[in-house]
This record gives sequence, C-alpha cells and structure tokens, in this order.
Amino acid sequence: MTTAEVSHAADGSPPRRPAPLLTDDNAFFWEAATEGRLVAQRCNGCGRLRHPPRPMCPDCRSLEFEIVPLSGRGSLYSYAILHHPRHPAFDYPLVAALVDLEEGIRLVSNLSGVEAAAIRIGMELEVGFDATENGGAVPVFRPVGADEPGRPS
Amino acid sequence: MSAPGPSFAGKAAIVGIGQTEFSRHAGRTELQLACEAVTAALGDAGLSPRDVDGLVSYTVDPVEETELVRSVGIAEVAYSSRVPYGGGGSMGVLLHAASAVASGAADVVVAYRAIRARSGATRFGGAKVTPSPTSGHAGTTAMQWCMPFGVLTPASWMALNSTRYMHQFGVRSEDIGRAVVQLRAYAETNPAAWGFQRPMTLEDHQASRWIAEPCIHLLDCCQETDGSVAVVITSRARAGHLPQLPVAIGAAAGAGLFEQEIASDHYRGDLSVMEGSVALARRLFGSFGFDRDDIDVAMIYDAFSPILLMQLEALGFCGPGEAKDFVAEGNLGPDGSLPCNTNGGLIGEGYIHGLNLVLEGTRQLRGTAVNQIPDARTVLVTASRTGAILTTR
Repeated sequence: MTTAEVSHAADGSPPRRPAPLLTDDNAFFWEAATEGRLVAQRCNGCGRLRHPPRPMCPDCRSLEFEIVPLSGRGSLYSYAILHHPRHPAFDYPLVAALVDLEEGIRLVSNLSGVEAAAIRIGMELEVGFDATENGGAVPVFRPVGADEPGRPS
Repeated sequence: MSAPGPSFAGKAAIVGIGQTEFSRHAGRTELQLACEAVTAALGDAGLSPRDVDGLVSYTVDPVEETELVRSVGIAEVAYSSRVPYGGGGSMGVLLHAASAVASGAADVVVAYRAIRARSGATRFGGAKVTPSPTSGHAGTTAMQWCMPFGVLTPASWMALNSTRYMHQFGVRSEDIGRAVVQLRAYAETNPAAWGFQRPMTLEDHQASRWIAEPCIHLLDCCQETDGSVAVVITSRARAGHLPQLPVAIGAAAGAGLFEQEIASDHYRGDLSVMEGSVALARRLFGSFGFDRDDIDVAMIYDAFSPILLMQLEALGFCGPGEAKDFVAEGNLGPDGSLPCNTNGGLIGEGYIHGLNLVLEGTRQLRGTAVNQIPDARTVLVTASRTGAILTTR
C-alpha cells in the first residue's frame, strides 16, 4: 500500500493545480489522494477493480464495493507533452500521461522527474501526490527511482 | 435502390443544404447563424419553414429549438432530437432524421449546427477548467478525471490516444503531415474555406509550433470557426418533386462503445485503434448493401489530423498501421483511390463540428463541388462513432 507525502512547491507558494470535482460517487478517490493514498473501487460481487468510479459493477451489476489500496506502481501507456494553450494553473511544457497500474486499471495523470527526450512508453512509474488549490491532492507519477520531480526541458 | 438492412435505409434523402460564411468572428449570435443556415437550406430545397416538422441537432448546440421555431416561423414540430458525443456524433443527425422520416414520425426534418468556436464565450480549443462533470449531456463525464492534470483541451485528450497510435505503428509526424498537405491543397481552391488561397507545405507543417508533442503541431488542428450549416431531409417520394437531385441516405449508423465518450475516453484497453469506428464500419458495410469499393468520396472527421489516419484504418480502407503509406501514396487526393475531405476537411475548410462534411458530400453527389470528383455516386460521411452513406445510385 502506498502512502506518500503530498508535494508542495519548493518556494512555498500556494498550489495552483485546480481541485478535482467531487461527487458522491468519486469523493473516496480524491479524499484518499489528499491523505497520500492511491485507491480504487473493487466489486464485492465479482472482485473486479474499476476506474473511473461508478456505483454499479458493469460486469455483475453489484452495487456493493470496497475501497482498496493500490501499489502505486505502473507503466507509461501513453503521454503527450502539452505546450499550448496554457492554463495559468500549470507550468509548461506539461506532461500528460496515461498510466497502466499493475493492478490493471488506467489513470490519466501527470509525469514528472524525467527529461522530455527520456520519456519512453512502457517505462516503470511510481505514484506521488501533488497538492491542489483547495488543500487537496491528486496522484501524479514519476519514473521509479527518480530523485526529484522535474520538468521536461 | 432498395437496400436491405434497417428499414429506414434508402427511404430518406437530403434535399437541401445551407450555410453561413465561415469566419473567426461572426459578429452575431449562434441563433442568428442557425436562422440564416436553416432558411438557406430550405430555399435550396424549394421548401418553406412551414413545411418543416422535425428538428435535429447536437446535445452541445446552443440554439434552442423553441428559439429557432419562433425565429424562422416553423408552425408545428412533430419530432425533435439531439445527438450526444459532440463531433463524434455529427453524423448521428442523419440517422435520427432518416429514421424519423422513414417511420413517418416527421415529413421534413432539418438538421443544424451553429457554433462560435472562435469568438464565442469560450474558445473551443481553449484551456478551461469546467465547473461540472457533465456539459449538456455531451458524453464528457470522464473529462473530470483529466481536469486536475491540465488535460483541458480536445487536442490534449486526443493526443494521449494519438501518441499511443504513433508508438504502436511507428508513425511519424511527417506521415501525418502529408495528410494535412492534401487537405490544405483541397482547401486552397475552396472559396468558402479558411485555407482558401493559403498554400501549405510539409515543411510549413513541420515548422509549426507544437500543441501536443509528439503528435499534434498547430497545423494538425482544425480551425476554430464561427458559422452554421443546415441540412434538409425528407422522404424519397417527396424528394422526387423538389428541385435538387435527391441524395439518398442509403445507410446510417452509430457505435458508441463501452467506456467511450467524446475524446476524453482513455479507458479502453487498446487506444491505438479507434474501436468505435471499427464497430461503425461493421454496421455501415454490413447489412446495408454497400462495400468499401462503392465509396467514391470519403468525408472523415478530422478535428485533428492523427485521427484521420486512425479512422482510415478503423474504417477498413487500409490495415492497422498502414494509413501512413496509404496517405503517402496519394490515395486521399483527387486521383487517389479514396478522395477524402475534398472541401479541405475541418482542418482546411472550417470546423462546424463535423456537419459541414455532410454539405460537401452532398455537393459531390450533386456534381457541384469546387473540387469535384468525376462521377461521384456514393459518399461516406463519418465522424468517429457515427456515419452514413449517401448515394445517388
């Protein structure tokens, strides 16, 4: 189970990253992230993990589920280095990433701690947590063993 | 043509098309733009607003039916509907209209789209954090899982899938750029197009700034456009008494798959294939009586150029990973095996959210296109997960 410190800006400036939209269906995910934990729904009927969250299992139609911890490890399925247009809440270029977690679900996230030229589809990643503007946090990723979160050059 | 397949097949026809100018600053409301396009289309059809009893648009269109009815003077609406999935649902309006006409639910249906993608309250391609997990039942709920990560634009959503496609099949930006060069060559001779008399080379494409690396340069993007288009559909029986050559809706289908939405759909297993388009092609080329060889012109949704290549593969015009060669061989050009987006596409002509592709398909079949393909008799119009086959056979 992953529990990690939430990262803040090195200069102490307040987080600009927009807060996620919380609903009764998804709040557990973001509340766990705020505590530095990566979790997912697991169906009590058939055991399937699912993401994004939803109230019913699309396989067995069970409404019963539990929230389970994930390892926080995965691999880079795809990415895009975003240059334009620019939103004031982010620094650019910004690396958007699709991360296939080892438990078999996929997340949209960000990738840091790697130079743009070194980004490779399939590279092994691990989760960290980045603060958002409302005091929350979201899961972000960096290469396994990367020392410092960094930005592509 | 007596088509097999769904009972609506071949029973409805496009009898009128209309549009405003395409610009970056229309200087008037979407409602006014829609009024202009709708009345132009009805005039083209030789019909009056009093003949209209059906309206179809996109869930995301800002023009309310009530406002359109009271503006253009429609007497009684028997049928109305809206199609989700944004641009991917573009051709769904033809499925709805043809079904309504063939079933007798309506006699004359107008499909419309009005948009101020450039000068409106929010630029269509702009980076914005939306305040709600849904936007007008558009089919965008997974967008909420993109927003906290700065994945805020259609380009960024599609780039995540496109990068995987390029990786999977060894596609390079230049391979995609060759398709853009062809689109812009068509646009160069189309007076209605943004790209009219604006030549573009592969070098220009490669030198344009990155929007989303490694797949989307600036010149891979459609133009955010202001404007409106409208299409009039009625029964083939009535079409025979109207002035324009009837363009039959020989086939129409949709295929919205599990875990899919507009473009922020990143959760299916293999994103290197546009599986919605695979399923769509299975329907369009299944029971309606058409083969791929029947298609004289293809109009394919090209909001961003990588998805044009991906759809060529998914629709079965070439094999997985072969679109780069299919394009390089010139197959999309006027002398190729599949002349494609002959108005310049959404990239070259403008972005009326896909529906302007239907107008060009209709012009090709009437023989009135600027870049007319000789003897065009059957045209495919598709947008990711919705599509139709138009024909004068």
